[in-house]
Amino acid sequence: MHLGVEEPIRECQYNQICTHNSSPMDTPHIKKKKNKRKWQVFPGRNRFYCNGRIMMAKQTGVFYLTMVLILVTSGLFFAFDCPFLASNLTPAIPAIGGVLFVFVMGMLLRASFSDPGVLPRATPEEAADIERQIDANNGPSGPGYRPPPRTREVLINGQTVKLKYCFTCKIFRPPRASHCSLCDNCVDRFDHHCPWVGNCVGRRNYRFFYLFILSLSFLTIFIFAFVITHVILRSNRTGFLSALKDSPASVLEVVVCFFSVWSIVGLSGFHTYLISSNQTTNEDIKGSWSSKRGKGNYNPYSYGNFITNCCAALCGPLPPSLIDRRGFIQPDTPQPATQTNGTSACPPNQVQSHMGPGRGGSSLRREPQTSLSPDTSSSSSGEIPRCSQAS
Amino acid sequence: MATEFHNLQELRHSASLANKVFIQRDYTDGTVCKFQTKFPSELDSRIERTLFEDTVKTLNTYYAEAEKIGGQSYIEGCLACLTVYLIFLCIETRYEKVLKKISRYIQEQNEKVYAPRGLLITDPIERGMRVIEISVYEDRGSSGSSSGSSTTSSSGR
Repeated sequence: MHLGVEEPIRECQYNQICTHNSSPMDTPHIKKKKNKRKWQVFPGRNRFYCNGRIMMAKQTGVFYLTMVLILVTSGLFFAFDCPFLASNLTPAIPAIGGVLFVFVMGMLLRASFSDPGVLPRATPEEAADIERQIDANNGPSGPGYRPPPRTREVLINGQTVKLKYCFTCKIFRPPRASHCSLCDNCVDRFDHHCPWVGNCVGRRNYRFFYLFILSLSFLTIFIFAFVITHVILRSNRTGFLSALKDSPASVLEVVVCFFSVWSIVGLSGFHTYLISSNQTTNEDIKGSWSSKRGKGNYNPYSYGNFITNCCAALCGPLPPSLIDRRGFIQPDTPQPATQTNGTSACPPNQVQSHMGPGRGGSSLRREPQTSLSPDTSSSSSGEIPRCSQAS
Repeated sequence: MATEFHNLQELRHSASLANKVFIQRDYTDGTVCKFQTKFPSELDSRIERTLFEDTVKTLNTYYAEAEKIGGQSYIEGCLACLTVYLIFLCIETRYEKVLKKISRYIQEQNEKVYAPRGLLITDPIERGMRVIEISVYEDRGSSGSSSGSSTTSSSGR
């Protein structure tokens, strides 16, 4: 049972210890129980597809409407208007339209399917530690006494920011994080919950959302302009009414584009303003950094000039997902909000090898961590290091 | 290396978890990932202040490197945007590379510095980048809470 090898702890070594130390009763019990992935017990109100790879909000009806509108309008454009335009004007038109369309769909799917920056709920030990700190600060409270709202003040770049305590997630929310009531998650740098995209917009998918609405504005204007051009060119040859009869799809496209261009372009403009001042929709609506609140009130997160703000928002590093959707749960790991009794045949003080976050691809596999997750009751038997494998 | 490994195994086999200490985030520089270097009182008798501060400062440096906005991140961002972010199916982001470095560093620190003193650091990524969780172990073999005893006592398990 000696592990005198130099190489990092490998799964096979853990297996060896497993069989050596575990009692005969344990092994069949563990093998029978199929290891669940973390997304299956995720406490928020989200939907997961493709075995945890795709993460969306619970209500996705409007998202399908968005998809249908874009696909149908673009499809009609490519099918009915592009042949005429390619032959009479230039084939660059369908080419550019195609590139725009691919970009729009790519950004939409990326914004909809990725983790917006959900903050995992506190482990029981963490929550208990925070409670202790709060009680120490506030003093003991009698029964029936409602404690004051829990806040912490922090000084960020000279501006006082209040961190609020989230009763659902049992954490003090980091600055700019907010709890989405629809998804029941705390999201880092929460912007807003977008039903059109079927997901929250937060730190990890804000740039995809912005690029989606920006490219969609261009696509809408592009389709609108060239459908009008198409109809005009046809009318010059055959008259207006027969032109409409020849390509009836153009009418539908013009109507859809006309009604959507105002809101989409407006939204793009609004978010361009938000990005350039490094604010979130949430902060803008609340007026958190508005000068109306006070003379010394300013945005402590802004880099000063709008170019740096834009670059930081769009080209900054993409943080990883903090919720390990596709990782396997250890049977006795205390789960934050959906905590079971924690009883299992396996004694505490497990060594839990934790595989990489999010995507589950083999290229992102991390080395096993030596993190221990004990039960509150201590056991005198030896530990059984457990290995997990995100296949 | 084999000696340190042996200590880590001994730690798990002979020690019981006494306490968990949480090092909170330091938000004074904004939303960048940075942990407080304030030495917690619970670790007073377990580890030297300088070692602890070194670990936290090194971690802070790694996180700052991961979140740095500069030439390389711009190139990465623009390239990704041009490829409709499909390039991340093939290559790792810089953040992910640094996270791997961090997890290797934490493992090394655990083996060399913390396990011999009866402590264990959990990678912050497993706690949502909110805290550095340090598990404090009491050696069951000896009555004292001195960290040195766990290395010298032979558990024989």
